[in-house]
Amino acid sequence: MTTTTPRDLLADIPEVSTVLDDGSAEVPEIIRGTGHLPEMRVDPIGLFHRVREECGDVGRFRLADKDVVLVTGAEANEAFFRAPDSTLDQAAAYPFMTPIFGQGVVFDASPEERQQMLKNQALRGDMMRGHAQTIEAEIRRMVADWGDEGEIDLLDFFAELTIYTTSACLIGKPFREELDSRFAQHYHELEHGTDAIAYVDAYADIDSFRRRDAAREELVALVQGIIDRRRERGTVPREERDLLDVLISLDMSADYITGIFISMMFAGHHTSSGTASWAMIELMRHPEVMAQVVAELDELYADGSDVSFQALRSIPVLESALKETLRLHPPLIILMRLVQEDFDLLGRTIPAGTVVASSPRVSNRIEEDFPDADAFDPGRYIDPRQEDLQNRWTWIPFGAGKHRCVGNAFAMMQMKAIFSVVLRDFAFEPAQPLESYRDDVTKMVIQLQQPCRVRYRRRPGR
Amino acid sequence: MGGMRVVADLDICQGHQLCQGEAPDVFGFDEDADVVVLLEERPDESRRADVTQAVKYCPAFALALEEDHA
Repeated sequence: MTTTTPRDLLADIPEVSTVLDDGSAEVPEIIRGTGHLPEMRVDPIGLFHRVREECGDVGRFRLADKDVVLVTGAEANEAFFRAPDSTLDQAAAYPFMTPIFGQGVVFDASPEERQQMLKNQALRGDMMRGHAQTIEAEIRRMVADWGDEGEIDLLDFFAELTIYTTSACLIGKPFREELDSRFAQHYHELEHGTDAIAYVDAYADIDSFRRRDAAREELVALVQGIIDRRRERGTVPREERDLLDVLISLDMSADYITGIFISMMFAGHHTSSGTASWAMIELMRHPEVMAQVVAELDELYADGSDVSFQALRSIPVLESALKETLRLHPPLIILMRLVQEDFDLLGRTIPAGTVVASSPRVSNRIEEDFPDADAFDPGRYIDPRQEDLQNRWTWIPFGAGKHRCVGNAFAMMQMKAIFSVVLRDFAFEPAQPLESYRDDVTKMVIQLQQPCRVRYRRRPGR
Repeated sequence: MGGMRVVADLDICQGHQLCQGEAPDVFGFDEDADVVVLLEERPDESRRADVTQAVKYCPAFALALEEDHA
């Protein structure tokens, strides 16, 4: 692999201005002189938007020894998302993930492997009905001890719920039954251990990385305990086995199995948790939309139909609110790939060793594609506007092209199931000023900033 | 006569096969290539509702519906 970047090839691509001096005393010593890295640690959204404002569809910034070419807009995004897999590598573009998954655990499958996974495993279309039932049951368990009114923290609540749903659906129910809130807490520490300092040293001696590594050890210990109990228990009939039994039979270590589980759950966890939280916040900010969604659900379920049945079908008003939440608050604000061999992007040669990136956060708010782009307007998705389908290279909360999130149908079903249960039984209101809900953007995995509390009250007759 | 034309982008199809559930007479599947096969490029107007659902819910955004204005 080449580490030197032929900067002369990149000279044609404008570089964004610098607003945070990378040599200033407020910048941690380890990342002094790393270009835009210090700014990306404190205001990544501001940085990515400024690239488009100053440089247009193709601009550039610098993260330590890597130039990052950030593309936005339909034409450049399409070129990015259609680029052949062999020329772009995902794993090398996300160095902060390696210590989380563990050495030797694959980061992402090739498109061929992804298709194989689809056919063989958990995300297959015909598995969705079972997943919908599982998810409904998990939500009902989470709210089972709720009284007539009370308060929850959105991050704590949805992060725990989505640990149970992703583990039950992707790994297996017997494994999920071994988990409690400790697993969710340790998992959260992993997600929090994604400081961009990893672009310089993923094992730097900083607090969030120490906590990340300690949390991973705790997770391995929990999984080791589960493995020990399985070994003691002995063999069970085939229909009672789950993925963990299979991996144990392959003699994999607890460390390696934990890495596989962490990576399997990663794509579906903070993303779903964040989207559920933001959907709740946007619905509280827009009571008229909340009222329409609740009315739609009340009518839909008036005949006593099952959540697991309806969540797989069209729920137009709720779906529109969820899509608009995803557009404004995409869980991943930047998607990156390392260029492995010189690559042509709209007539420009991007040299090997460069990182190319596309930003869902910026593209989703391009004014020409999404009029009044900062406004929450679920009406965008109603015929004939259909602003998601009309802008398939800029409405990209799930990415686009061959690598478009393979779990997006699962994710939408999960969201519909969650809101079908909670909005029919409970009414929600903010427990803090509405404008005080915001994301913590100081880590590469973005999570809601705490406190993010809401009040629930059981609806009359429920 | 106007009418609808279904377009499938085979470079983007991920083989979810949800479209077959919506309109099995319009969308087939190539098991070897793992991608959708259009059985009916210009479906009858009576199929519009199902085809529209298939386009809308394609998890890969690989389908489009175009209107002919011949």
